[in-house]
Amino acid sequence: MALLELPAWTTLAPALLLALTALVLFIIDSISPDAQNSGLLAGTTAAGSLASLGVAVWYLLAGVGTPTVDGGRGIIDVLGDQFVVDQLALFFMIIVAVVTALVAVASYDYMEDHTYQAEYYSLVLLAATGMSFMAAANSLVTIFIALELASLPSYALVSILKDNRGSVEGGLKYFLIGALSSAIFVYGISLVYGATGHLQLENIAAVIEAGEADPYGGLLGLGILMLIGGFAFKTASVPFHFWAPEAYEGAPAPISAFLSSASKAAGFVIAFRVFTEAFPVAETASAIGVDWTLAFIILAIVTMTLGNFAAATQNNVKRMLAYSSIGHAGYALIGLAGISAGGGELVMGAAMMHLFVYGFMNTGAFLFVALAEYWGVGRTFEDYNGLGRRAPVACFALAIFMFSLAGIPPLGGFWSKYFLFTGALEAGLIVVAAALVINSALSLYYYSRLVKAVWIEEPVTERDGLSQPVGLYAAIVVAAVMTLALLPLFGPVADTAVDAATAMLA
Amino acid sequence: MMIEALIAVALVGAFVTFVAPNRIAGKLAFAISLIPAGLSLWMFSAFDGSGNALLDGELAFASEFEWIQFGEYSISWLVGLDGISMPLVVLTTILSSLAIVSSWTPIDERESQFYGLVLFIEANLIGVFAALDFFVWFIFWEAVLIPMYLLIGIWGGPRRKYAAIKFFVYTNVASLVMFGAFIALVFGLGDVTTFALPDVTTAMLNGGPDGFLGIGGTTLASLVFVAMFLGFAVKVPIVPFHTWLPDAHVEAPTPASVLLAGVLLKMGTYALLRFNFTMFPTEVIEPFVIPIAAIAVISVIYGAMLALAQTDLKRIVAYSSVSSMGYVILGLIAYTQFGVGGATFQMVSHGLISGLMFMAVGVIYNATHTRMVTDMSGMADRMPVAVGILVAGAFGYMGLPLMSGFFGEFTIFFGAFGAEGLAYSQVFTALAMFGIVIVAGYLLFALQRTVFGPYHLETDYDVDRAPLHDIAPMFVLLGLIILLGVAPELIFEMITDAVDPILETGGEL
Repeated sequence: MALLELPAWTTLAPALLLALTALVLFIIDSISPDAQNSGLLAGTTAAGSLASLGVAVWYLLAGVGTPTVDGGRGIIDVLGDQFVVDQLALFFMIIVAVVTALVAVASYDYMEDHTYQAEYYSLVLLAATGMSFMAAANSLVTIFIALELASLPSYALVSILKDNRGSVEGGLKYFLIGALSSAIFVYGISLVYGATGHLQLENIAAVIEAGEADPYGGLLGLGILMLIGGFAFKTASVPFHFWAPEAYEGAPAPISAFLSSASKAAGFVIAFRVFTEAFPVAETASAIGVDWTLAFIILAIVTMTLGNFAAATQNNVKRMLAYSSIGHAGYALIGLAGISAGGGELVMGAAMMHLFVYGFMNTGAFLFVALAEYWGVGRTFEDYNGLGRRAPVACFALAIFMFSLAGIPPLGGFWSKYFLFTGALEAGLIVVAAALVINSALSLYYYSRLVKAVWIEEPVTERDGLSQPVGLYAAIVVAAVMTLALLPLFGPVADTAVDAATAMLA
Repeated sequence: MMIEALIAVALVGAFVTFVAPNRIAGKLAFAISLIPAGLSLWMFSAFDGSGNALLDGELAFASEFEWIQFGEYSISWLVGLDGISMPLVVLTTILSSLAIVSSWTPIDERESQFYGLVLFIEANLIGVFAALDFFVWFIFWEAVLIPMYLLIGIWGGPRRKYAAIKFFVYTNVASLVMFGAFIALVFGLGDVTTFALPDVTTAMLNGGPDGFLGIGGTTLASLVFVAMFLGFAVKVPIVPFHTWLPDAHVEAPTPASVLLAGVLLKMGTYALLRFNFTMFPTEVIEPFVIPIAAIAVISVIYGAMLALAQTDLKRIVAYSSVSSMGYVILGLIAYTQFGVGGATFQMVSHGLISGLMFMAVGVIYNATHTRMVTDMSGMADRMPVAVGILVAGAFGYMGLPLMSGFFGEFTIFFGAFGAEGLAYSQVFTALAMFGIVIVAGYLLFALQRTVFGPYHLETDYDVDRAPLHDIAPMFVLLGLIILLGVAPELIFEMITDAVDPILETGGEL
């Protein structure tokens, strides 16, 4: 029981370790500012994120954050309830740490000759810190601060290739839409505060449950709608998805991987927490006159359909992945759409599982694009033709990512999509379940197109042997192995996710 | 844990081969594939199961543990063998080894990837036949598709991209239909909270589903039966869902054709037997008996007629598979011991014979670079051994007594002729038997033109005797065909032991 004797703030260690590592990077940079020691920088970043991962996994296994009734050590409140460390928080901290580690290892090669190495890695870590705090933030203020801490470094990271038009353009678009959506989000917070008089999530819920917010139902409803806008931006969902294709395409590919996996997951965790903790379905519905799950039902269907159809028409691989990432945001939104007064823990758990698997398969897919950019093979499907001849291992990994994203059985993506499907059925969302199946079937078209390009098509131009950068290969292979391994080892992930969701909805 | 060992050896072997140098990949893959082949033969001799796996039979080599729990439904790893699946597992491992040897000549680029994928297919095929939980089964079932898609798409003939996509889309859509139907069935069953096939079967035979999404129980059972039949019909394939097969076969490299015809098609008929004809009570099947029998006979006749119209040797063999699979369906729907048992026997027998035929055609193609009947004649002059085996295989196809094809087809006809549950069974059987005549027609026709007569070849290649490693696997197959023809009870006893419980629970149709 030694753990309990530590002060409560130590339970935030996964996030704090990331911040600490960022500071260490500053120190390294100030000691040897001119050094191009990318190995040390990338290694420190990876070590820091792996430490964060290890601590988060350890906490989860040790029962930190697990409700005492389930035999755990209880949910930990930090700083007067501004942060909570529960299973939901740890689950998402794990996703953030995993993606950060993979991205750091891959960046070792990708950013090799870049001028601003230390800045790059410390920005990645600071953004990751923000995302990790988002997982634990428990009041609208800390949520907003964590959100900004995650967003501001991200804007800089997208445009870090200063001489590249696409990078700067993507960064600017990301920043402008981000600033707009932040403004909307803050305004939403102020409206909720106006209607309920609280920022702390449980307190908001208490006011709504007591019926005290009923006179301000319209105000509250508008505030909730604006909060949804903020989440939509962070998760790249309709209607704030416009930035995603531009930013993902322009950004260095490891950053695209980072944003589309970790940042999206972090966006979802605040949505999960805010909507389950602060706005209980039935009472909120009676206060504002409409069920907020309706908004998510619509957003889920529109987002997955739009993302998939747009992805199917792309010729640029990175843009295809960007739109596919929008489509997957739509799948994960089912987790919010399926919450109801008496249940929804299955569908919410399924969405969490999906984000977990997505952290590996989507990161891996973008890192393959990073590898292709490293080789300099071009951006379109045709440019990728015949890569399988020269780099079978990486292309095998790519096939794993693509088929897993499509939800084909022998891979981790199958389970999470299947559970989303049954979860949606269980929640009575037959239309959403049907949309999920149709979209998944459609998505096979463009995912298999990439597999076909690298494996089956003949190369357009003759290539010499392709180099095998250590870092990128290691990250891709690890992501592929995890995507595969999640097929047999899905049980614990599923249990943890459903337990976390059950605790939130209890 | 024997089944896990089989699958694990093939899987690990697949990865090792995948990264091995091209030079040694073929030999390495063969050496690895001998392990599951030997192991499965040992399992065959030590087989101690009895009864049907889905109907409380004694499983051989079974193992079970819980995998994933989601809500009230649990998914378990459940594998085991009964008299139906055991011969098919042995067929898979032996054919895979032989297919690997037969690829040494034709496959001359990206060898390590090729052999890696073949071993990967083998692992999943074993899984398909051994799995007894729906999810375990479905994962293996789907996992076969991707490597087969790549085998056709990378190493296939000129129209390989079209053929690969067609194969992938057809079979995948079919899988989706079947998957959705089965999930709906389990949800409809209500009190069943596992996907273990024995549990689902018990619940189906004791009352059936209560209904799902507003669809009543009886209707649901019928709908699911039809949807699953359609899903498997594509895989078998049955006319009119057969059009992917000739394309896939013709474009696929020889070893892929061997596995495709030899084992992959059996996945469809095996699944029909396991799901449609074991799980569903007689009342559900009854209205569909006549249509299915009619489809079976149409497949037999139409497939044979299509084969008659071909001039490409590979296409001839491919279409004749459609015809042969029609016999299997007829045997299954006859629902008698000889019908269902014969159909199961025919699955194994056809796997051996069609594998042999594809290999022989492949050997001729390796030498002549053409498969057109019109391009060659008198091949017996230059390749006496290879062509001799082709002729022997063709006679096996025609059902020559003392070869396995005879026993399989004879028992099917015998079982179908006297089937009490099948109205007009004599008419259906007689029509299907007419298929044999057409088979003899097109095979003899093709042989006469290619094998006999004066030597002539349109293409400009020196034809010489085939190398030993091309001939040896064909001899092994021929030996097995004759062995099963002379001593069918080697597997038929096992099969009938597993088939009888189905007929008992189903009653006479």
